[in-house]
Amino acid sequence: MKTMDRPKLTFAERFYIPQIIRGLWQTLRHIPRKKITVEYPEVKPKLHGSEYRGVPTLVRDPDGRVKCVACQLCEFVCPPKAIRILPASRDAVRPDGNVEKEPEVFEIDMLRCIYCGLCEEACPEEAIFLRKDFAVTGYTRSNKQKLLELGGTHADRIWKWKNK
Amino acid sequence: MPEMVNFTLDGREVSVPRGSNVIDAAKQCGVEVPHYCYHQRLTVAGNCRMCLVEIGMPKLGPDRKPEVGPDGKPVIAFAPKLVIGCNQAVSEGMVVNTVTPRVRKAREGVMEFLLINHPLDCPICDQAGECRLQEFAVDYGRAASRFVEIKEHKPKRVPLGPKITLDNERCIACSRCVRFMKEVAKQDCLGFVERGGRSVLTAFPGHEPNTNYDLNIVDICPVGALTSNDFRFRQRVWFLKETRSICPHCATGCNTLVSSRENVVYRQQPRDNADVNQSWMCDQGRLNYRFVNDSARLTTATVRAANATDATPVAWSEAVAAMASALRNAQHAGQGTAIIGSARATTEELFLLRRLGKDVLRTDRMETVSRAGKADGFLVSADRNPNTLGAYITGVGHGLPESTIPEICAAIARGEVRALLVFGENIAKHGIPEAILAKLDFLGVIDVLPNAVTKLAHVVIPGMTFIEKQGTFINGKGRMQRLKPGVRLAGDIHPEWRTLGTLLQALGAGEYADFDAVFQDMVRTLPPLQGVTYASIGDQGLDLKLAERPGEEAVAWNLP
Ligand code: SF4
Ligand code: SF4
Ligand code: SF4
Ligand code: SF4
Ligand code: FES
Repeated sequence: MKTMDRPKLTFAERFYIPQIIRGLWQTLRHIPRKKITVEYPEVKPKLHGSEYRGVPTLVRDPDGRVKCVACQLCEFVCPPKAIRILPASRDAVRPDGNVEKEPEVFEIDMLRCIYCGLCEEACPEEAIFLRKDFAVTGYTRSNKQKLLELGGTHADRIWKWKNK
Repeated sequence: MPEMVNFTLDGREVSVPRGSNVIDAAKQCGVEVPHYCYHQRLTVAGNCRMCLVEIGMPKLGPDRKPEVGPDGKPVIAFAPKLVIGCNQAVSEGMVVNTVTPRVRKAREGVMEFLLINHPLDCPICDQAGECRLQEFAVDYGRAASRFVEIKEHKPKRVPLGPKITLDNERCIACSRCVRFMKEVAKQDCLGFVERGGRSVLTAFPGHEPNTNYDLNIVDICPVGALTSNDFRFRQRVWFLKETRSICPHCATGCNTLVSSRENVVYRQQPRDNADVNQSWMCDQGRLNYRFVNDSARLTTATVRAANATDATPVAWSEAVAAMASALRNAQHAGQGTAIIGSARATTEELFLLRRLGKDVLRTDRMETVSRAGKADGFLVSADRNPNTLGAYITGVGHGLPESTIPEICAAIARGEVRALLVFGENIAKHGIPEAILAKLDFLGVIDVLPNAVTKLAHVVIPGMTFIEKQGTFINGKGRMQRLKPGVRLAGDIHPEWRTLGTLLQALGAGEYADFDAVFQDMVRTLPPLQGVTYASIGDQGLDLKLAERPGEEAVAWNLP
């Protein structure tokens, strides 16, 4: 074993006043500048750029039908296995068109989701989108109703059930 | 050994049995010729044109001898047009090309036509993931359609009999289903109406498919036009794990594939076996799997004291010990014992029951429940137990039609039999009423579902279904076939061979470390199984040739 001696501080090092002044100068310098912090959670920060990936949500088509057809490709691709879908057959003709299949249960375990966006990428029906929302605390789990509420309506080219 | 013919496949010299067509011959040589309408076990229709290949024969000179070119090889005269491989038998000296640009172009053309009116349904189509159209579209399809007109729309969700839903838009009019119903199911009931792009498959008015084999057309449909109502929209196929199994519904023992996801069984399909079920299975057997995931399944062992009405859950090992001590007591007290086995149990389980009965309890009162129905002349056997022969060979069952159950029942009523072990049968429904069972000093049950007998039992030990354990069945024709575990239910459930093995060990009669040990002991003990190894049974089963085996001429009651 080798014993190391504590190095002796020089006088300049022991004399701390200049350091305090330097630190205070940093603080004072920032006072007149533009503020970049916000009072979260009362104030939500604005996100810049379109690449931000927040909570995945389900959307409806402009006619109000659930776009998801329960193909379970997102469930298959999801790396942490956060998605759980129970498909249901809709064989009766309903007012919302000839919908044949839709999810009975659609759950995303938000504790597992890693916001990778692969579900959005895999979806052949453009039915699942990652939004900018990042705070998803709430009183219910992320079930189908909540996902649809968050998602809203999406107008794009794919209307699976319109002409069926 | 069949007669062989030599031909050239894509420049390779190969030989196949005479009579094979190009598709089968190429398959035997490891080359896939894409096809839709051809099915090995149906007549050739030749309507999809996907299997076009280039065919050439040695050119014959004026002397009717093959002409020889400057390189010393026979000159090949190629047919001017491509030929469908499904309707072309290979012959000596033939040259078959399956990968030339001409062949590729033909396949691309066929694919483009097939996809013109095809709906973009893959996301909701049950076939997706095992669809030939998807597969060949990847190989020969275009990235984008050149078709600018409006697609033909056809009826969707058309009921085709009680078990099948037809989607006409997805049908590629290959006529496999039409031929199956006519040739195999013997109910000529499907056909096409309208012409060209408007052509739709339909059932003859008033004649919907209504046989016990309908669901086979769902399997052979190369696309997702025919869907089974039982499986429709329940699970995507890429999640399913397939386990090679045997149908436990009758003595034919159709070879099956059981599909499960996360220990839930979703469907059963036939598996090819030329010696047993060809490519088919009956609908009754196919749909008979829901009991596996029945929510009522027994998942813990229970013990009930003689004077108590309610049973208490106990650990499996405790229940086995309780059963062992009850049987030991009965034996020491010189009381009569009996065993009711099941011809739905595996041969190994029946063998251990025989050990218990013959070597430990020294009783001759062993019997299995027989189930006779009507044979349908095709697959379904009159014997509705998968393993009557196994029960017979092990000596637990007497085979059809005689049964000693009435005698056992009378012996219990007389008080001669005081302890009874019921294995996998609801015996209250098969000859020993509950009032008689209530007289027993000890009633032990090993079963998968609760019933009247488990309620009366002093010890109940949960068992496993056919898809949860290892084991063998011997079918009505003496073919031994293997089961494989595919799902595992939650709970204190053990395979019956382990339960019985542990029971025997507790009674001082043998020790079985694993399934192999049971199997080894069985083939050593039972003369008809001499020389059989678990590996030699394979996935296609092993014909025991029982009639040729010593001492088994008696197996003559073999049912039709
Ligand atoms: S964002 Fe990624 S982790 Fe989250 S649900 Fe989608 S696929 Fe799964
Ligand atoms: S991939 Fe899209 S359509 Fe398919 S289940 Fe997921 S959200 Fe629904
Ligand atoms: S039949 Fe095949 S190609 Fe057509 S929708 Fe179904 S999976 Fe897709
Ligand atoms: S329903 Fe299927 S099997 Fe029948 S003709 Fe159409 S594609 Fe062929
Ligand atoms: S398989 Fe040969 S034409 Fe269809």
